Amino acid sequence: MSIDKAQAAHVAKLARIKVEDDALPALAEEFNTILGFIEQLNEVDIEGVEPMVSVTPMRLKRREDVVTDGQMPDKVLSNAPDAREGFFAVPKVVE
Amino acid sequence: MTNDLTKLTIAEARDRLRAGDVTSVELTEACLSAIDAADALNAFVHKTPEIALDRARAADERLQGREEAPAMCGIPIGIKDLFCTEGVPSQAASRILDGFRPEYESTVSRQLKDAGAVMLGKLNMDEFAMGSSNETSVYGDAVNPWRREGDATRLTPGGSSGGSASAVAADLCLGATGTDTGGSIRQPAAFTGITGIKPTYGRCSRWGIVAFASSLDQAGPMTRDVRDAAIMLQAMCGHDMKDSTSADLAVPDFEAALTGDIKGRKIGLPREYRMEGMPAEIEKLWADGAEMLRDAGAEVVDISLPHTKYALPAYYVIAPAEASSNLARYDGVRYGRRAKLAQGDGVVEMYEKTRAEGFGHEVQRRVMVGTYVLSAGFYDAYYNRARKVRTLIKRDFEQVFADGVDAILTPATPSAAFGLGEMSESDPVQMYLNDVFTVTVNLAGLPGISVPAGLDTQGLPLGLQLIGRPWEEAALLNGAYALERAAGFVSKPAKWW
Repeated sequence: MSIDKAQAAHVAKLARIKVEDDALPALAEEFNTILGFIEQLNEVDIEGVEPMVSVTPMRLKRREDVVTDGQMPDKVLSNAPDAREGFFAVPKVVE
Repeated sequence: MTNDLTKLTIAEARDRLRAGDVTSVELTEACLSAIDAADALNAFVHKTPEIALDRARAADERLQGREEAPAMCGIPIGIKDLFCTEGVPSQAASRILDGFRPEYESTVSRQLKDAGAVMLGKLNMDEFAMGSSNETSVYGDAVNPWRREGDATRLTPGGSSGGSASAVAADLCLGATGTDTGGSIRQPAAFTGITGIKPTYGRCSRWGIVAFASSLDQAGPMTRDVRDAAIMLQAMCGHDMKDSTSADLAVPDFEAALTGDIKGRKIGLPREYRMEGMPAEIEKLWADGAEMLRDAGAEVVDISLPHTKYALPAYYVIAPAEASSNLARYDGVRYGRRAKLAQGDGVVEMYEKTRAEGFGHEVQRRVMVGTYVLSAGFYDAYYNRARKVRTLIKRDFEQVFADGVDAILTPATPSAAFGLGEMSESDPVQMYLNDVFTVTVNLAGLPGISVPAGLDTQGLPLGLQLIGRPWEEAALLNGAYALERAAGFVSKPAKWW
């Protein structure tokens, strides 16, 4: 499996990271080095093996489904790059 | 005098604080001046002297010669930048969290604070804990206080907890928090001649620690010796309702377990860790360590962990996959830094520019690799396969423990600390190989500890790793204590900073 420039651009798009066109060949090459390393996993016989879900077997705790937190919009917004009138502000999303 | 105070172990400082022999303010002031004189190490990246002195005064109030004060009361420590600390910059060494001041405190740092520990400041690290040399930090490299004999080359303190390692080794603080996803406590501990333990997955709450790979991340202490590791770990761990993976198990008295008696304990040496091209010094250190444990009465046996070879490749699927998901939250909306936008840029451009500017190269690479292995058509081939291999890696350990092995002895790292910049020309996989002896432990969720055991021919520290059974940190620490006593490692870096 080898990644080309177009695939690298697609992955960057999916990851929402802007990559300039001229940086794509080097990126594709790095992906290929890493994927080449990962390919070793194909040597392992995984027939009948369950994928790991939880490294320490434990039942997730349950709690009552009640509100235990909230009423702190100022704290929630205190680190926002752009907050107005109690809301996060972003560029226009719909025309 | 002040210099000597910063050299105290946590245990010594605790006893002197309780005896009223020294005050927390004196200890804290000594550490603060040591920190100010050590900017060349770039270990502390956000200093918090006012908070430190406030907490030191409060600790002194609380102590008043009281024997029952918590062990960490009044002890000056550093906190890795990955931990959210209320009102104090916490940016995981990333540009994207520039200016972020959490409104809350991570559970681990809160527990330390509640026990009376004094936070001196935040410590340098690799960006989002992704790295093995502290060279991916937005703050610049942290520097190892150790140097090769007769050579002023700046060396890495290891990573990702490089600032923590450097600060503890250089006597800037008595202990520090670290986190370990693939070796990020144990490798820097080994590179700087200190002790670092990653407890069993679930022992420490992950709440409030900036997430890298959630199924692998664990916090742990980095200290001057094993006793200090036991004391500090005690204060850090325990069940937390805010982390659904934190274990609701009683925390034993770790320090009380340090008897040094390991008679009859079975120590395994995994043959798969005898890597091709392993430096003779590392091989010798390992053999010496086995001999020391044998002399202390342990039974040393050869064991096999057949899937060891596949641990790193499995890790480099699972960790980036989880990272790509965890780091999706950095979008320039809720916290941190938003890129400057051009006229007409929409929300997608905002995400893409913010993440391109805010994430460093290694973080971008891992997020994209993770995105790829999780994407439609590749999920089974990469991600599910890696998770199955992870099951097999864990099974290897379970088998060995079922056969009666109590702990496993390995080298901590494949080499001593290398020079900053020395690896920059190599491909990323070369850097990943640093974690070859430590990463299996994260994949299997086990506790592992790195103990300094000797110096190489260039005068740099080397560490040995002991791996324990799940939830048996007490026995693991005791094994490490026996190893520490036998190795008698007392070297300190010569001060140049």
